Amino acid sequence: MLQITNLHATVADKPILKGLTLSLNAGEIHAIMGPNGAGKSTLGYVLSGRPGYEVTEGSVTFNGEDLLAMDPHERAAAGLFLGFQYPVEIPGVSNVQFLREALNAQRKHRGEEPLSGGEFLKLARAQADAMGMDMEMLKRPVNVGFSGGEKKRNEMVQMGIIDPALAILDETDSGLDIDALRVVGEGINRIMRRPDKAVLLITHYQRLLDYVQPDFVHVLADGRITRSGGPELALELEREGYKELAA
Amino acid sequence: MTDEIEIKDRAAREAADKVADYEHGWSSDIETEFAEKGLNEDTVRFISAKKNEPEWMLEWRLKAFRMWQEMTPPDWAKLNVPPIDYQDAYYYAAPKAKKKLESLDEVDPEILKVYEKLGIPIEEQKVLAGVEGARKVAVDAVFDSVSVATTFRAELERAGVIFRSISEAIKEYPDLVRKWLGKVVPMHDNYFATLNCAVFSDGTFVYIPEGVRCPMELSTYFRINAENTGQFERTLIVADKGSYVSYLEGCTAPMRDENQLHAAVVELVALDDAEIKYSTVQNWYPGDAEGKGGIYNFVTKRALCQGKNSKVSWTQVETGSAVTWKYPSCVLNGENSVGEFYSVAVTNNYQQADTGTKMIHNGKGSRSTIISKGISAGRSNNTYRGLVRVAPNAEGVRNFTQCDSLLLGSDCGAHTVPYIEVRNPSAQIEHEATTSKISDDQLFYAMQRGLGQEEAVALIVNGFAKEVLQQLPMEFAVEAQKLLGISLEGSVG
Repeated sequence: MLQITNLHATVADKPILKGLTLSLNAGEIHAIMGPNGAGKSTLGYVLSGRPGYEVTEGSVTFNGEDLLAMDPHERAAAGLFLGFQYPVEIPGVSNVQFLREALNAQRKHRGEEPLSGGEFLKLARAQADAMGMDMEMLKRPVNVGFSGGEKKRNEMVQMGIIDPALAILDETDSGLDIDALRVVGEGINRIMRRPDKAVLLITHYQRLLDYVQPDFVHVLADGRITRSGGPELALELEREGYKELAA
Repeated sequence: MTDEIEIKDRAAREAADKVADYEHGWSSDIETEFAEKGLNEDTVRFISAKKNEPEWMLEWRLKAFRMWQEMTPPDWAKLNVPPIDYQDAYYYAAPKAKKKLESLDEVDPEILKVYEKLGIPIEEQKVLAGVEGARKVAVDAVFDSVSVATTFRAELERAGVIFRSISEAIKEYPDLVRKWLGKVVPMHDNYFATLNCAVFSDGTFVYIPEGVRCPMELSTYFRINAENTGQFERTLIVADKGSYVSYLEGCTAPMRDENQLHAAVVELVALDDAEIKYSTVQNWYPGDAEGKGGIYNFVTKRALCQGKNSKVSWTQVETGSAVTWKYPSCVLNGENSVGEFYSVAVTNNYQQADTGTKMIHNGKGSRSTIISKGISAGRSNNTYRGLVRVAPNAEGVRNFTQCDSLLLGSDCGAHTVPYIEVRNPSAQIEHEATTSKISDDQLFYAMQRGLGQEEAVALIVNGFAKEVLQQLPMEFAVEAQKLLGISLEGSVG
């Protein structure tokens, strides 16, 4: 599904990714772990096309297409979803309006009919219920006045509504208490644990992986994948720390 | 969020998708009868004669003209306007006179085509087409300077509402017009208002009798369609005791290279317990991306909240015009009277706007609310200028002002110039102001969810302006949302 080959990227002319190679197949969940400053968030931004993150070398294909040639909204329409580490507030724009416009923009891009107000609300309600989020929250402006946990939960509701093929989840577990962590973990499994989907979980800690069992775990250090393994690698990292393993 | 709003949002988005450049940039081919170019007493006499005005009206115009000749244009606004040659313009243009029209079928098909191109809201097209059960929106269609067709007159008349072109009203209701014309905005008020008194072409007169709630929203479409023709609209709305009216005004203009002067005067009068809601969407030609052409819009709008508990609410969405000089104001004479001003002003490219309001608190317990949202992009300048004044005898006055500015890009300017003059210690005045830039985080977040860059900008800007947009009647809110997006196209990236 996703093939990253020898990816180099800079931010403000500073090299951050330095030859990263990684392959994700449909049906797989990959966890990327690593110390602060290793380039984990940069990887998420580069893959989703954030302006200011410049690819200097390498290639990325997504279902056979050149991902790097697409604009951010085209990547979204192609099925790529980024769960933000710090979800953004948009005053005056309700979640419902935001997501419906976004979803219908994606559908339009794919040549699909837009969802009507009624169809969309039904979908949104189902996803909000599944994440234990009050429908009233969906009527409030996007992330405005939400707690850290509510924002992360909202990201999962958005992911459920958009129903992407590939989810890149950037520190989705940060700032969550243990109950919220379980709810978010279950959400990821429910929405994304499917034969036709894949997940790239970017995380600092092992604890989310108690709820979302990865098929593969990779260590990202200094802009490269330095080690790959199965779920046991995460436990090892938790025990030993990154210092030992990153080198 | 209700489904109704959902539908509205979608309609706005779809409409925005269809529109590329400035969609109203065209001019239709209608024979025009001009007054001679230039401005002198003969021009004033010509206009008055064309309209078969009574002698008192001509005298009033001439008095204003003589006054105007002694005046100079105001220079205190943060606007850079080249000198205007008042002799190099026409002051009267009307579609060729035809016999009195019985129905819209008799309207010049060219004019109907104009409305079609304008995309007059579907609801009103239905009304115009006589569709059963269509929403009642009366259209007093002002085409160029002369009122061409008025619908729903009969129903309004049953309610006792007078809804006329001002030319008709001068003839049919001279006492009412004379009682209030120039009483809210005095003849000598300012350079542009005085000019308007001398040469006003046409406009609207509305009178709502005591205790009547106007049975429909009144809407007028102003349009400038003749080359080098200044537009001098004159509107007078009087709401008698305990009455209510909502008046909508929308404006578009065809694309021309010449700068066109527009100097309208709007006077509102609210007596005891009366309420007037006046909404404007202004989309006149803003000039091209290099700042060439565009309308000069020097407007004087003022409301007299004369009666106790009277209320006037101004809502404006200003996206057009090269230059905007406009301060819809409320003189709050009545005890416990209420003034409101809700404004969104968008400037892009080389547009300049200096707009705001004056809330003059003379009445005890009078209250006012000012919500101003300025959005600047390109190389434009956008100034909020507002005055809150509390007279010595006005006990217990309250005002709340909020001025928010949003900047797109780094070459534009946003300015806030509040004047607060309080002469009574019991007043409570609050002023809040913010300036922000549209953030890269917001844009990227919206784009990652699937919105194109311009859709993302439109969404964020509409969110910023929401408090104002939600004050608009629904059919205008759709148009306004659409306009905000269109006006800012190409401003980011």
